[in-house]
Amino acid sequence: MTGSVEQLVNREYKWGFVTDIDADSVPPGLNEDVIRLISAKKEEPEWLLEWRLKAYRSWLSMTEPQWPNVTHAPIDYQSIVYYSAPRTQAPLGSLDEVDPKLLETYTKLGIPLNEQKILSGVAVDAIFDSVSVGTSYKKALAEQGIIFCSFSEAVKEHPDLVRQYLGSVVPTSDNFFSALNSAVFTDGSFVYIPKGVRCPMDLSTYFRINAQNTGQFERTLIIADEGATVSYLEGCTAPKRDENQLHAAVVELVALENATIKYSTVQNWYAGDDEGRGGIYNFVTKRGKCAGRRSKISWTQVETGSAITWKYPSVLLLGDDSVGEFYSVAVTNGRQQADTGTKMIHSGRNTRSTIISKGISAGQGNNSYRGLVKVLPKAEGARNYTQCDSMLIGNRCGAHTFPYIDVQNRTASVEHEASTSKIGEDQIFYCKQRGLDTENAISVIVNGFCKEVFKELPMEFAVEAQKLLGISLEGSVG
Amino acid sequence: MLEIKELRAGVEGTEILRGIDLTVRPGEVHAVMGPNGSGKSTLAQVLAGHPAYEVTGGSITFLGEDLLEMEPEERARAGIFLAFQYPVEIPGVTNAYFLRAAYNELRKARGEEEIDPIDFIDLLEEKLKIVKWEPEIMQRAVNAGFSGGEKKRNEILQMAVLEPKLAVLDETDSGLDIDALRIVADGVNALRREDRSVILVTHYQRLLNYIVPDHVHVLAGGRIVRSGGKELALELEARGYEWITGAVEAVA
Repeated sequence: MTGSVEQLVNREYKWGFVTDIDADSVPPGLNEDVIRLISAKKEEPEWLLEWRLKAYRSWLSMTEPQWPNVTHAPIDYQSIVYYSAPRTQAPLGSLDEVDPKLLETYTKLGIPLNEQKILSGVAVDAIFDSVSVGTSYKKALAEQGIIFCSFSEAVKEHPDLVRQYLGSVVPTSDNFFSALNSAVFTDGSFVYIPKGVRCPMDLSTYFRINAQNTGQFERTLIIADEGATVSYLEGCTAPKRDENQLHAAVVELVALENATIKYSTVQNWYAGDDEGRGGIYNFVTKRGKCAGRRSKISWTQVETGSAITWKYPSVLLLGDDSVGEFYSVAVTNGRQQADTGTKMIHSGRNTRSTIISKGISAGQGNNSYRGLVKVLPKAEGARNYTQCDSMLIGNRCGAHTFPYIDVQNRTASVEHEASTSKIGEDQIFYCKQRGLDTENAISVIVNGFCKEVFKELPMEFAVEAQKLLGISLEGSVG
Repeated sequence: MLEIKELRAGVEGTEILRGIDLTVRPGEVHAVMGPNGSGKSTLAQVLAGHPAYEVTGGSITFLGEDLLEMEPEERARAGIFLAFQYPVEIPGVTNAYFLRAAYNELRKARGEEEIDPIDFIDLLEEKLKIVKWEPEIMQRAVNAGFSGGEKKRNEILQMAVLEPKLAVLDETDSGLDIDALRIVADGVNALRREDRSVILVTHYQRLLNYIVPDHVHVLAGGRIVRSGGKELALELEARGYEWITGAVEAVA
């Protein structure tokens, strides 16, 4: 099996190219002047600048979390560029006038922004470094009252909605990285689905880091009003570089009564090389609030990229009968480290949550599941089911599980199941004896392992995720 | 069909097979018997190309090709099927999906188009009859949570679908009750054809009451120490392996 495996090991991260484009960047470093500069560049209202500065001041008093099961060299926050935008003639946000170089970049990434070329009928907001370069299907969606635009545009066009909900799920001082994000976030996506509207197509954001030494700090805010339904997808890639780059995003979801938000992520940031040089530090805060009765928030994530992943998409179950779900596949290969999981906070009565986590460790990867299930005193009849499965490929990788359960109501029911398995020579040999080659065998076995999560993904994404998983694990068995 | 000459093989530096010679012609059923540790299963694994076993000498020719030069999947595509002694579980992958993937690999190797999923269901329904199974089994994950008997039956089902030229059954009878044994044996018999050969690796004569072999070989200490017709198996059953292995040791 060695011949084919070696070929596969050497396969390149194909999204690792750099777009040569003139950028408008601020000098590296962070202080109040930089924040004022970012705010001024974005022509923001005074309240938002104040909000940023408040976040910055609380960040100054905070320290980086030390509890994740990951190791990395200290991050020098003064060497990061906090704003970098492609310099263009035309105003950003209008697809007709997007720089051809940018369109070409997204086409190369497999994300054509030209509406005629989009077959799957998915509306896309394309974020390039610090800014949104275009959003498709905006007009068609607007006819139903749906707002889907860049965050910067939302601040200008829908300031009341932004002001009402920004920071309502993740407060500025929630944690070190969310505070940093709140101070310096540059762009992201904004979605508002009005009462009773079922969004007719999947909405998606594609994040691309291009510029060197730049951090990407995006902010996504999705609000589903009463009875509204939306499915949102997120994808991300970055060029190959020897330095680590920081990606510290904040995503807030708000589901009002009877509303449903389904949020799917396929994270494929550059993971660094075999020696652990370079790669993205993906330190992200994602949280949803089931504010109304019978509301539902479902997170599905397939995490295959990044040097380090630190993220816990969570749900606050405030409304009675509300539902939170977390489906996750996290892969660590090479020198990758992941500490990821979820928090389900049950506050309303008869709230339900489901956690399905599949961790795959290969190479020298280190994979930790960390999850909290908390049932508050008022959460009569709350139920949780958690299933954490780990798969090890090879014998130099690690898998860890850190479940925290805190139940303060006697009527609650909390179940936790965990398993660890090893993908063995014998499984692969069995498949090969039936005619499958090594690559195909691993793909079949791993996809079987991840099945419960993949079936939650929208169709096109599921196909993409399976392919990505195959590529991430190539060469991991030898 | 299969010609094994002076085959020597072992695992982690320990030689287990010490010069095996065996010729299998089309349509023949050969039983390979022997006490525990005689090398029966090693022979089966070496034929299929398990990477843990190292071939240190001799040759294996299959349909004119040098088998030892082929990857396990190439051997499978050339028509070698191993019914495993311990079939492996693959959670989350349905029997139907797995079997269709395997079936398509063999078709591709023959230069044929992949089978349409609907046509495959029809094909499966026919094959399920051979092992007396209902179609529901196809939606269960491959061998996951299967009883020992179900796993063995699943191997026979896979063999029925993949239609090998040479089937190697590694202790397929072990751990089966009499009903399951009969279903498995009937399945194998139903698949007997003039151009399909079978090697039955077994410890007990019991299976050979149901699947009658053309030749019986006794393996001991990594060598074939005696070959004969089906009556040899009966004699072994009556007199035990000591009868042969003891005699061989005495000569050595």
